[in-house]
This record gives sequence, C-alpha cells and structure tokens, in this order.
Amino acid sequence: MSGTDLATVATIAGMTVVTVLTRTLFFLPDEPWPLPRWLEAGFRYAPIAALAAVVLPEILIADGHLITTWRDARVFAAVVAAMWFLFRRGLLGTIVAGMLVYLPLHLGLGW
Amino acid sequence: MALVTPGLAAWGLMTGVAMVKSGMSAVELTLMALFVYAGSSQLAALPLIAAGAPMWVILATSTCVNLRFIVFSAHLRPYVAHLPAWQRVFRGYLFADLSYGLFIRRFPQPATSAEGIAAQDAYWLGNGVSCWLVWATSSLVGAALAATIPVSWGLGFAGVLALLATMIMLATTWQRLVAAAIASVVAIAAFALPLKLNILVAIAAAIAAGLAAERLPGGVGIADEEPGEEHP
Repeated sequence: MSGTDLATVATIAGMTVVTVLTRTLFFLPDEPWPLPRWLEAGFRYAPIAALAAVVLPEILIADGHLITTWRDARVFAAVVAAMWFLFRRGLLGTIVAGMLVYLPLHLGLGW
Repeated sequence: MALVTPGLAAWGLMTGVAMVKSGMSAVELTLMALFVYAGSSQLAALPLIAAGAPMWVILATSTCVNLRFIVFSAHLRPYVAHLPAWQRVFRGYLFADLSYGLFIRRFPQPATSAEGIAAQDAYWLGNGVSCWLVWATSSLVGAALAATIPVSWGLGFAGVLALLATMIMLATTWQRLVAAAIASVVAIAAFALPLKLNILVAIAAAIAAGLAAERLPGGVGIADEEPGEEHP
C-alpha cells in the first residue's frame, strides 16, 4: 500500500458530498418541489427499471459488448437464481444457488 | 434484510479488494469505505484516482454514476416529508439500490396513519443501518484479504444476484415487466455511453414505457395497488 495523499483524501470527501447530495436532493427543501402528476405516477416504474438497468448489463455484457456465446457462467447462474427465486422465494437461497452454479463454471471451466 | 447480506457482503468484499489493487493507502480506503458508501461510484472512481485524474473529473464521474439516486429521492420524498431536515438527509444517505427496492416492495404507497409512518421509519432506519454496516465491514475485510482473494474469482457476482432477486420481487404487474424489459434493452443498447449514463436513459425510457402500458386496454388503474405484506 502506498502513502496517504491529501489530494485523494479531499477527493474522497468530495465523493461523500456527492453521495449525500444525489441521494437527498429532493429531501433538502422543507416544502416539496412540485412535480407533474404524470411524473409522480411514473416513479412506480423507477425502482424496477433502475435494478434492471444495473443488473442486465452485469450479466450480458463482456468487455463492453453484448455477449455472443452461451458459455458464460453469469448467464447460467442468473437463470438458476431467477428460477430459484420464482419457485422457492428466499433471497438467501437465490444467492447461494446462483453462486453454486457460477463458481464451478467460472473457476472450473473458465466461462 | 438479513437475507440479502451475503450478496451485499460479497460485493463490498470485492470493492475492498479493488480499492487495495488500485493503490489506495489504508487510511484512504478506510475513509472511502466508511463515508462514500456508493459501490458503483467507488468502482468508477478508482481507476481515475489511480491515474491521478483531476479532482473535478472524478467528482463529475461520481455524480453521473449517482444520478439515478436523484430520481429515487424524488420518489421517496413523501415518505420522509414529516421528518426534520437533518433526519431527511441522514435517511437519504442510507439508501441505495438494494434498500430502495426492498423498501418500495414493502411500502408501495406512503403511509397515512401514525402507526404506518412509524413502521416505515423503523424499516428504513433498520434496513439502511444494516446495509451500511454490512458494506463497511465487508469492504474493510476485503481490503485486509486483498492479497488472498483474486478479483478473477468474481465473488462480486453475488451482489448482482441479490439485485436480480430484488428486481423479480418488484415485478408485480405486467406494466412493471414491460418497464423492466425496456430498461434492460435500453441499458444494454446504450452501454457505450460514458459515465454509466445508460442507466439513466434506461430509467427514463422505462418510466415512459410503463406509463404508456397503463393506457393500453386492461392496463388502467391496476398498477401498483398491492399492499406490501410480503416480508423479504
């Protein structure tokens, strides 16, 4: 490990401010900022959309491009995890089942 | 919450490893793990810090990667409106993708009764503080074990699986399935955009698609009215 650099510490402080500001921007004013009704109605799609937009590229993109092979440990692990969650419902089981598929394929076969 | 801990912990572990590999000192990575508390923004900033990029570039990157949180804060505002300002800021700091998904699943609509509001507050605080503790601990453990856990093992994939399960949990109406499908396609198609802006474009497209789907025959008024009785 290298030495501590004051500029890096300042950057980390700045990133903390960014975390707080982005997560609380609409919480800051005492009076709510009026938003159009259609947008408020549309927020019900924001959580699933954000999760899908984060998750699917993590499964289907390699080196910046959509994968073209089926031999990818992430795809098999995600399918098994999704099935487990749909039929068995537990989050813990889902993660364990997915990783039990992922690790052998990834480490054993190099997928 | 306890059930998603392995996913969050594996993700924190790998972020800890990544912080060491990018050459941060023990003090720097401890500060980052404890305070920044935003995995995707940390991972985006690490190569820039390692390369000695100007601070404004790092902060601009961090802001763009976090833009989705602004959408979350607009959505969640009614849930915290009754709290004093410093409490709103503290609660806001505590939520990230996973806690947002779990919270909205449990409380699809802001409560109106006093007990309802108390239950929301308790869940938010408990969920948020546990997520923070798991994240901070696992990041520091990851940093300590960095020499023994190769990044190539891909343990961080457990975090993706936790998010995947949370996503399926939220797919309670067909309009939401449409929104998730559109978000997935757009996020992949726009993946080449810098600074993870593909996520923001995908959320915008999915909101538009979800609202459009509600206008189709059979889609009116059925979205999102279920109570969040199911305990994750």
